[in-house]
Order: sequence, then structure tokens, then C-alpha cells
Amino acid sequence: MNSLRYSYFPGCSLERNAEAYQKSALSIAAPLGLEFQEIDDWNCCGATEYISLHMTASYALIARNLAQAAKGNDTHDLVAPCSACYLNLSKCDKYLRTDADLAEKVNTALAAGGLHYKPGSIRVRHLLDVIMDDVGCPRLQTQVTRPLSGLRVAPYYGCLISRPGLRSEEHNPEYPTALDDLLMCLGAQVVDFPLKTHCCGGHMTQISEGTGFELIRRLVKGAADYQADVIVTVCPMCQLNLDAFQGAMNRYFKTAYHVPVLYFTQMMGLAFGQDAEMLGIGAELVDARPALAKIGVDLPPVAVEGVPKRKRDDKSLPMPKMPKHELGKETVVAREVKS
Amino acid sequence: MADTVTSVPESFTFLDEVQARTPGESRLLMCIQCGTCGGSCPSGADMQHTPRHIFAMIRADMREEVLSSNTPWYCVSCYYCTVRCPQDVHITDIMYTLKRMAVESRLYDNPAAPDFSKVFINWVENYGRAFELGLMSQHMLRHNPLGVFKMADMGIGMVTKGRMAFTPKRIRGIAGLKQIIAKAKELEVVYE
Repeated sequence: MNSLRYSYFPGCSLERNAEAYQKSALSIAAPLGLEFQEIDDWNCCGATEYISLHMTASYALIARNLAQAAKGNDTHDLVAPCSACYLNLSKCDKYLRTDADLAEKVNTALAAGGLHYKPGSIRVRHLLDVIMDDVGCPRLQTQVTRPLSGLRVAPYYGCLISRPGLRSEEHNPEYPTALDDLLMCLGAQVVDFPLKTHCCGGHMTQISEGTGFELIRRLVKGAADYQADVIVTVCPMCQLNLDAFQGAMNRYFKTAYHVPVLYFTQMMGLAFGQDAEMLGIGAELVDARPALAKIGVDLPPVAVEGVPKRKRDDKSLPMPKMPKHELGKETVVAREVKS
Repeated sequence: MADTVTSVPESFTFLDEVQARTPGESRLLMCIQCGTCGGSCPSGADMQHTPRHIFAMIRADMREEVLSSNTPWYCVSCYYCTVRCPQDVHITDIMYTLKRMAVESRLYDNPAAPDFSKVFINWVENYGRAFELGLMSQHMLRHNPLGVFKMADMGIGMVTKGRMAFTPKRIRGIAGLKQIIAKAKELEVVYE
């Protein structure tokens, strides 16, 4: 099996809050022959924040990563598992290729840090595309030992991977099917999910609660309406919003949705028969165990933090045991004598 | 501000400035006012003006009204409008341009969103990486102190699941990154 080599840009989320994505991505890469070489000393892509305040500096910030990849690694393709990083990196390269004035300024800035980037020298790709286009279903299927049969999954692409026309032409920006195909390959039952490319709200929960929670509600309700056991995502921001904010959203709208949200790489690992804990399963805030029990994945119960509360029942109080008293007889209480 | 300030050329309209400050070709002039953007926007209902409306206002040179609108700050950057626009107007990029111009002119209606970006950027510029705990706590204490209690269970959940780092990570090349950023800010053209 010839190995497929790529530069790898994990992004800030995968370092901590989406560590489960990082673990599972690396875990499924090995059996598929994918080799990832992390970009040396990469920096944050700026998410949607940096470009909101600075234009040239935001492209210089992103371009530093492209320059580091071109300088340190001998691979043409760069893979980013985070959709926001993927969008920023690929959009940056696109604008540097098409806007000569911007490219000149960005390279002048990079030169101040001893770097240079030739636009077009790196091809930025999302992890989902690498798996579906370079590995492909037939090779995936050879690895499946525990098919996800009977599990109803909602394929959630989110907005940034599907747009804006940065991927090759065969990917439909409004109704993509790559993730559907991948999940079917793993044996899962893919439910209809009309909101599959709708936005999770990004940072909106921090800016305007009502707006942010409404976007989360639509997606969770959409999946629940189609009786999905799990929402499968390809982006750490989507996972954070739908999973970690699901409780707060439920309180805000007085609803009681419970739809766990897992990464597509975790689903792949499970289908490949890998250990659930090694795939980072259990880090999600909306418990995925009831759903995963359907495919025979048994996980230990959630560990209780701190001192467990003592259960109180009618036998809790230490009462002395009295011998039965009978009429006309003296009752003698036997005392235990400790020797 | 380290940005290069260029005086406004004769007959340089607000429309010209928005176009000049958007990377690549904004295609703003191609807008046919069809409204596909506003109809597609997931947060359009909370915007004071839909993108279509904002573009008409830009053409009408309504600088203050546009820059004080909440519209760009409610843009969730999902590019739905951009891929659906029949005229291929780079709507999301234009929204980013409007955010930057609103901050420079201090015309934004609510400081929560620009402040969130500022705190985020501050961590990136000093460490080279984002730092979620620092960002969330700084932002909430300033703009949503009650949110600290409302979000307590989520915070505790993230910490007990090991999903929250307590210290920021600094990249090795932070000195070089700072020089790159400083130089890039010098090269940014701002019209006055």
C-alpha cells in the first residue's frame, strides 16, 4: 500500500477542546496509510476574529503557516481537519494568487519575519476530502470490522467546508454528499438532514445569545425530527456549539433535546473496531453512550468526580438491636465484649 | 494606529472605499438587488438591514448609517449568501470590510462583538495561538457577567472532560510573528 503524505495543520481547537478530533484523526490515519507531517511552529489562523479588525495583517498571519509548510515540509498538499482553518488557509492562498497587491504586501510583511510564500505552492484540503477523494470508499470498507448498522446518523457538514467555491467543482456547496457516502460506507443509516450545510452560529453565543441559540436549536431539532441517534460533524466549532451549548440552548428554549455530536473520524474509528476511549469518546458533554450501545460499543459509566454522596436509607442510622421482650421475663441485653 | 493613512482622493465615494478595502474583486457594483442574500441569511432576522439593503445604502453613500448598522456584526460568516449570489458578489468579505471600517470610525452599535475580536486577537498576537479560557472569561466578565453563572455547568463540564486548557501556549517564533504583524499593519491603507 503506497502511503499518502501530507502537511498537517491541527489548529488551536484540536490542541484542547477538540482533542477527541485530533486523537481520532491520527488513529484512523495509520490503518489507511495516511502520513501527516505537522507544520513546524504553526500559529493560529485568526478564525473569524482577526479579519474583523485587520485585513493585511490577517492574511499575513495565515500566510505564515503556508510559508512554514512550504519551507519545512516536502509535501504539496496541506490537510486541515478544522473547517475554519481550512477555509482561512485556502482562501488566503486564493486571494494571494489573484490579488497581486495583497500578495506583495503579505510577502513584505513575511520578509520582516524572515519568511516568503509563493502563492499557489501549497494546496489546502480538508481532512474529509482527503479521506473520500484520496483513500475512497473501497479502501475504507476493507478496514470496517464493526459496521455501524442500525445507527441513525445526521451528516452535518456545517458551512465553512462546503463554501465558498474553494473545493473542486464536483462538491456541491449547498447539498454536498461526501460525508453521507462515507457514513454509508461504514454501514450507518444516513438520515435526511436538510440543514446539513447550515451554520452553527460560530461565535454568536458570545455576542448575541438569542441568535446563537436559535441556530443551534434549528440544527439539533432538525436531527431530532429525523430521529438521528448521532449528529456527525467535521468541524470543532460545530461540535462545540451543538454539544457543549446544547444544555444552555435547552434551558433557553425550555426544550429537552438530547442528540450527541461526534466527529466523523470517531465514527470511522468505531467502525474500524478501534477502542472508543482511544478515539476520545466520552469527552462529549451530551452523553453518546446510549446511542453507541446500539452498535455494541460498551463504555464504562461516567466517573463521578470528588467524594460520592452517601446513600441514605432506613438502615442508615446505627440503632442497637434489642432482643425480643416477653411478658414476665427479664430482657437481658447482651453486650459485646471486645477482647 | 500604525496603519498608513492616505488622504481621500477627489470624488472618492464610500462605495469606492469599501471596494478598495476588500481583497480581490468585491463585485459590489454587480449587485442587482435581488435579495437572495437576505433570504438565505441564517441570522438575517436579527439584522437591522439585510445585505441587499446595506448594498443599496453603500451605493447611496450613506456612510454613517451603514457603519452604525448591526448588520455586519450579525453576519456569522457562513458564506451562504456568497455562494448563492447570482452576481458572485463577495458578500461575506464585504461584511468584514464594513466591520473594520466601523471599528476605525467607532460607529458600531454594540461593543460586544468588536471587543470579542480584540480579546481574541490579543492572545494570538502575544502567544501565536488562541486561548479559549482567557478569551471566554475576559469577554464574559466585561460583557455578560451573569453569563458566568448561567454557563457554569458547561464550564465545569469542559474542565472535568479535560477540554479546557488553563494556560496559553506560546509558539517558538513569536518574536518573528510579532514583526510580521507589525509590518503588515504598517502596510494597511486607511483612508481619512
